[in-house]
Amino acid sequence: MEPLTNKKKVLAQKPLTFAERSYLPAIVKGMAITISHFFKKEATIRYPEVEREFSTNFRGMHSLKRDEEGRERCTACGLCALSCPAEAITMIAAERKPEEKALYREEKYASVYEINMLRCIFCGLCEEACPKEAIYLDGPIVPSDYLRKDFIYGKDKLVEAPLEVK
Amino acid sequence: MSDKVKVTIDGITVEVAPGTSILNAARQIGGDIVPPAMCYYSKLEGSGGKCRTCIVKVSKGSEKDPRPMPKLVASCRTAVMDGMEVMNITSPEVIEARSGVVEMLLINHPLDCPVCDQAGECDLQNLGYEHGLQKTRYEFERRTFERIDIGDKIQLHMNRCILCYRCVFTADQITNKRVHGILNRGDHSEISTYIQTAVDNDFSGNVIDVCPVGALTDKTFRFKNRVWFTKPIDAHRDCPTCSGKVTLWYKGEDVLRVTGRKDIYGEVAEFICNTCRFDKKKTADWVIEHPTHISDTSVIASNHYETLKPLPVIQPNLKLQEANRIELEKTTKF
Repeated sequence: MEPLTNKKKVLAQKPLTFAERSYLPAIVKGMAITISHFFKKEATIRYPEVEREFSTNFRGMHSLKRDEEGRERCTACGLCALSCPAEAITMIAAERKPEEKALYREEKYASVYEINMLRCIFCGLCEEACPKEAIYLDGPIVPSDYLRKDFIYGKDKLVEAPLEVK
Repeated sequence: MSDKVKVTIDGITVEVAPGTSILNAARQIGGDIVPPAMCYYSKLEGSGGKCRTCIVKVSKGSEKDPRPMPKLVASCRTAVMDGMEVMNITSPEVIEARSGVVEMLLINHPLDCPVCDQAGECDLQNLGYEHGLQKTRYEFERRTFERIDIGDKIQLHMNRCILCYRCVFTADQITNKRVHGILNRGDHSEISTYIQTAVDNDFSGNVIDVCPVGALTDKTFRFKNRVWFTKPIDAHRDCPTCSGKVTLWYKGEDVLRVTGRKDIYGEVAEFICNTCRFDKKKTADWVIEHPTHISDTSVIASNHYETLKPLPVIQPNLKLQEANRIELEKTTKF
């Protein structure tokens, strides 16, 4: 059949020239590209030793805050758990004893506070819901682990370290 | 002469028996036009007239005397007249006055909602949400009291009390002998029992149900859980002292709290006895009826299903489960 257009390109197979046959120019050209990359700026960083700077509105791991006197701010009101779309937060409340007044700010506190980091989607709604300014997603990226149970973060991992006594 | 009188509330006409209060006439119509009530309780004789949240404007006194009433009136204490015209939500004056009343109620009320067990089913919280300002203009110290135990099952937080007197009327009418009341006067008034005498009556627990705020709360439920995480279910039992018709508040398999059954105005249908309320906290003690109907606007309605066993989200597929058995075990193994 006659071709309808003249776009068809006929490839003629020519024998390789001496330079092509020796492969050397092509190898040198390829190596030059490879070696030039050695002197370029690295695109990656050595995480976790080095961390990139996060944007100011980055949401990472949660932390439960303390007030200026070092008492825990959380009062276990349950609004974070209510607002959580992934249902990652659970808590058990307890009543503060008179001798624990230096530990907890309110009459009631969270004796158990757990966040399942596998469920958490880091949306920040808990932060928004909190009436006591007790929870912030201001931590780093949640580290990886092997077992599922290790992703359920309790108060030991979430509560901010107590203030340094000067 | 007919034995019914005609009254128009926000443009809706209703015929009621003479002597009915405007509030009750509005409740016969129902819907948004019902004035809120903090102190009036239909089951308690003599209640009402204290909180002023139910104020309405009477734009036409009656057919015979069509002059409007000079001031806003408390609808729970004003009887209807034939041909009366009442404005509630259609009058901006009423809305403004009501938000003023809410502000006054909140003057001494602590911002305790994150701690308070009543949060989520609190009348004052709802009212404050609808009418209140986001901030207070009051600059002085709020009244503070130490919390008091009324008996071993009832906790009184006088800080939160709005002095509606409902609990006093309950004690007067339901129980035989009242042992708590209001001490002092005016701004200094407080609910108390003399020398903290334990309220010793089979029906004393009902003061918890009638309290519109978190001033009287159930000590057995204290800080156990938030109201909106518990699931209300209607149940009954054969009780020798009361009707035994209650609402059980479940968290998982446990009954955390037992209350009377409340209607849409937050009033219990029947008072229940202390045995039902405090001592029967096992599913085996009760005959389960059905999940309590919760209004969509309530926070308690979140994750609340009105069927006893909600349909599974994913149909269980045994074939698939068997094929993925090893993977599934991994997920539960920890």
